[in-house]
Amino acid sequence: MLDPGATDPERIRNFCIIAHIDHGKSTLADRMLQLTGVVSARDMRAQYLDRMDIERERGITIKSQAVRMPWTVREGEQKGESYVLNMIDTPGHVDFTYEVSRSLAAGEGAVLLVDAAQGIEAQTLANLYLAMENDLHVIPVLNKIDLPAAQPEKYAEELARLIGCQPEDCLRVSGKTGEGVAHLLDEIVRQMHGPTGQDDAPARAMIFDSVYDVYRGVVTYVRVIDGRIEARDRIKMMSTGAVHELLEIGVISPEPLKSPGLGGGEVGYLITGVKDVRQSKVGDTVTIAAKPAAVALAGYKEPKPMVYSGLYPIDGSDYPNLRDALDRLKLNDAALVYEPETSAALGFGFRCGFLGLLHLEIIRERLEREFDLDLISTAPNVVYRVELEDGAEHVVTNPSEYPAGKVAVVHEPVVRATVLIPNDYVGAVMEICQGRRGALLGMDYLSQDRVEVRYTLPLAEIIYDFFDQLKSRTKGYASLDYETSGEQAGDLVKVDILLQGEQVDAFSAIVHKDKAYQYGVSMTQRLRGLIPRQQFEVPIQAAIGSRVIARENIRAIRKDVLAKCYGGDITRKRKLLEKQKEGKRRMKMVGRVEVPQEAFIAALSSDGDKPTSK
Amino acid sequence: MPGVLPSGEPVPADGSLPPAALAGVGANGFGVYVHVPFCASRCGYCDFNTYTAAELGSGVRREDYADTVLAELALARRVLGCAAPPADTVFFGGGTPTLLPPGELARILDAITDTFGLAPDAEVTTEANPESVTPAALAALRRAGFTRISLGMQSAASHVLAVLDRQHTPGRAIEAAREARDGGFRHVNLDLIYGTPGERAEDWQTSLEQVAKAVAEHAADHVSAYSLIVEEGTRLAARIRREELASPDPDVAADRYLAAEGALTGAGLGWYEVSNWAADAAAQCRHNLLYWRGGDWWGVGPGAHSHVGGVRQWNVQHPARHADLLRRGRSPGQAREVLTPEDRHVEEVMLRLRLAEGLPLDVLDPVGRQAADRATADGLLSPGRRRNGQAVLTLRGRLLADAVVRQLLP
Ligand SMILES: Nc1nc2c(ncn2[C@@H]2O[C@H](COP(=O)(O)OP(=O)(O)OP(=O)(O)O)[C@@H](O)[C@H]2O)c(=O)[nH]1
Ligand SMILES: C[S@@+](CC[C@H](N)C(=O)[O-])C[C@H]1O[C@@H](n2cnc3c(N)ncnc32)[C@H](O)[C@@H]1O
Ligand code: SF4
Ligand SMILES: [Mg+2]
Repeated sequence: MLDPGATDPERIRNFCIIAHIDHGKSTLADRMLQLTGVVSARDMRAQYLDRMDIERERGITIKSQAVRMPWTVREGEQKGESYVLNMIDTPGHVDFTYEVSRSLAAGEGAVLLVDAAQGIEAQTLANLYLAMENDLHVIPVLNKIDLPAAQPEKYAEELARLIGCQPEDCLRVSGKTGEGVAHLLDEIVRQMHGPTGQDDAPARAMIFDSVYDVYRGVVTYVRVIDGRIEARDRIKMMSTGAVHELLEIGVISPEPLKSPGLGGGEVGYLITGVKDVRQSKVGDTVTIAAKPAAVALAGYKEPKPMVYSGLYPIDGSDYPNLRDALDRLKLNDAALVYEPETSAALGFGFRCGFLGLLHLEIIRERLEREFDLDLISTAPNVVYRVELEDGAEHVVTNPSEYPAGKVAVVHEPVVRATVLIPNDYVGAVMEICQGRRGALLGMDYLSQDRVEVRYTLPLAEIIYDFFDQLKSRTKGYASLDYETSGEQAGDLVKVDILLQGEQVDAFSAIVHKDKAYQYGVSMTQRLRGLIPRQQFEVPIQAAIGSRVIARENIRAIRKDVLAKCYGGDITRKRKLLEKQKEGKRRMKMVGRVEVPQEAFIAALSSDGDKPTSK
Repeated sequence: MPGVLPSGEPVPADGSLPPAALAGVGANGFGVYVHVPFCASRCGYCDFNTYTAAELGSGVRREDYADTVLAELALARRVLGCAAPPADTVFFGGGTPTLLPPGELARILDAITDTFGLAPDAEVTTEANPESVTPAALAALRRAGFTRISLGMQSAASHVLAVLDRQHTPGRAIEAAREARDGGFRHVNLDLIYGTPGERAEDWQTSLEQVAKAVAEHAADHVSAYSLIVEEGTRLAARIRREELASPDPDVAADRYLAAEGALTGAGLGWYEVSNWAADAAAQCRHNLLYWRGGDWWGVGPGAHSHVGGVRQWNVQHPARHADLLRRGRSPGQAREVLTPEDRHVEEVMLRLRLAEGLPLDVLDPVGRQAADRATADGLLSPGRRRNGQAVLTLRGRLLADAVVRQLLP
């Protein structure tokens, strides 16, 4: 009765674990895997479901993972009854909210986890609201109660007020010790209901993830809503009408396990032999070719890139490899977008769109590690919509493509940012937001000392060091969440950087008028320190249009000769010369100015605008 | 601390050379270099392969050194057979060759003459530290057949000499030059170093004036002026790293160079290599010219380099190991490289461009010639000489010679 493909929907509970970053979702998932017996103690390792190297190194979840687990209720009315739990561990970082919302759509309930030593934070709210929008049953749970600093009473009240329940309704667990986890599983069974779908209707299954695997091709993760899919069925993608043979169907527990089919309400995977995830798109509906459904399920919103950056191979001959690598990563990452672009300074590369800086950082790191590429990435920027006086409109994802004509108005994306802080820091947070052109939307006390401050802020103002600054000004207490909220007209200008009169496209930036000078000064100064002296004087200028706003000079080099060259020096000197020649080959020419790669890399990755990973 | 040798291919135990190398020996002249790896004390800036008595320990005795050199000359004879022509030049360098008694230097020179023969007008130079020579010793060297002496003056300022750890007093180098002239040397060189931390423009000017005076008195007919190189691993490098001394400033070095050019030209000398000035063609160091013009030479002694028919080879560095290998009848060669045509081209451009006689433009490929045109337009190569088919550095070009070389090479 509980075999995959033949499970009574009444006996299924589909749920996600959602929380702020680091509140312990993956660790709680570990205990569930152990307690339900799907992972033996011997095979257990911390954050079992964080399978990617990059997830393990950074200790964060990037991709949601669904696992099917058997559970026999231990206490209460249903004691002794067996159920199937489909649990999805989700990422906590704001860049991956999109991933969370997909996962939520695959279940009926959500476990909202809150670190009992931290209390409610910004993504606690964001994820809770997402769950509520999806009409999910939310079970509030306080985690890490083993910590000496845990204050479960205090935060139970906070959480109860937020959700509108009683403090006693908040469960208490420790993902570390396992305390309370069995009870939580019992409560999941008790409080949540099984999936409701039409058993006898034509099959409809929602694709909530689609992953390319070198060995198995595309693995498609689905949640069956109506009907059922059998292993021998030919399936049809409703958006394209494409029909595929099923090579394999099964469930993840937590390794793939073949099954004769998937029934209503079940979560599992399909393998069809297609090689491109675009043929098996997230949000699409799978049906059966022989007896297709008439109407597709409502899909997901396409993720929209928030920030753009140019990625260039340091070795120009790696360009085709970079393209292949991006194509490959794209297979598992619908949010990654890119198109070829050329930079006079950096050569051939791609303008890539990302969900945020962490996303950028991770893609870049994966490209470098998994595909052995050395990359330069340009300073991240948002998308601008520029209207010219002649009525023409340009969407600018690369500052160097800012139109030349008379600009009527520039629109920039804004976000609705939510900052949670103890009330002592309200002043500091407001100061920071004000300084970044924020407009206060409102402020609420979540409890006596926890305040939610909401601002509208230009996205461009928060992608750099905003979070770092928030953290440092609030002793680390602030948490931040944001969502896009349209666009607004801004007093923006493009600042160009010129070397000996030649514009360096990679350094152009669109900035607020009040910050143009600062950008110009800091960039010209930084470049002066990074670009070696040339045989001639090199002026470095920052300019808005033809108006120079900052200038530095690199004095001409006067001496470049090894004084001594006797018989014993010749081999050494020749080898040195060859090394220098090699170094010269790696220089990028801007007009006649030789700029080392390192200068570009260093100038583009200043300390100030280091992306934050958490 | 001596600098590290390059890496290369192993040398066969008997030191034998490929027949192709032997075939071409001496086409552009032939010389002998004798390295004498001893110094009374180590100067802080110096990374030459040289050792004080304390550093050498008991395993190596200076008294035995001439015999070791003789053994290596015998090996050279075996390797070269009759391929090598008589030597046009002989150069004793160091270290401090004059730490050996003149008789020992004479014995080595005689052995060279026996082994290879000396061309009738051969140039025979020895380096000497100013404090290590006496009128008697100089006269003895002259009698033994030495024709030229190169004195490590470095500076006329006592505080500069102190920073350089030099042992001689400011006046001593010029005095030694006079003694050499009086002892019969027609060719005397003074080595100078500029850009030493703490050296002021006036200090350098004084050094140049002293040298000009010596030239006027016919006590010197040649000057080498080197900008101080901070060699890795030296005491000087450590002191700069610890910020006890300022790092030499390349712009200051450029000013010093221009001052040197002015003063030395004023004294009647002319540059013939980036760091070398001579009174006339006869005063130019023919041995060094051999290096720059791609000539062949055999180098004896620890760490000595040789260039024989397109093979560059260098000996093991330590005197004890050098002597030991020779005692066992084996080649002291540590490694060598057989130059490819590309290597030879790189070297030719790199070395000949340093010379006032310049580099024939037809040595360059078309792209290199275009680069030469650009360098001419940039004021780095002489337009007049360009028309005569030679790439010759201008004064500004001399200061940027390495950059020009990089431009001319593919
Ligand atoms: N003491 C204690 N530490 C815990 C507990 N649960 C998790 N942790 C620690 O909290 C940190 C974060 O745990 P994770 O399970 O990776 O958190 P997460 O919510 O999955 O994080 P993201 O996937 O990045 O959002 C880790 O260092 C865990 O060891 C707990 O119950 N008690
Ligand atoms: C090999 S040294 C030996 C000569 C002799 N022992 C002496 O010091 O007078 C020859 C010359 O090289 C120069 N020299 C040595 N080390 C140098 C350095 N680090 N920078 C510049 N010139 C250097 C000095 O001018 C020195 O006189
Ligand atoms: S005396 Fe000459 S060789 Fe000896 S350490 Fe000083 S500079 Fe070097
Ligand atoms: Mg996690």
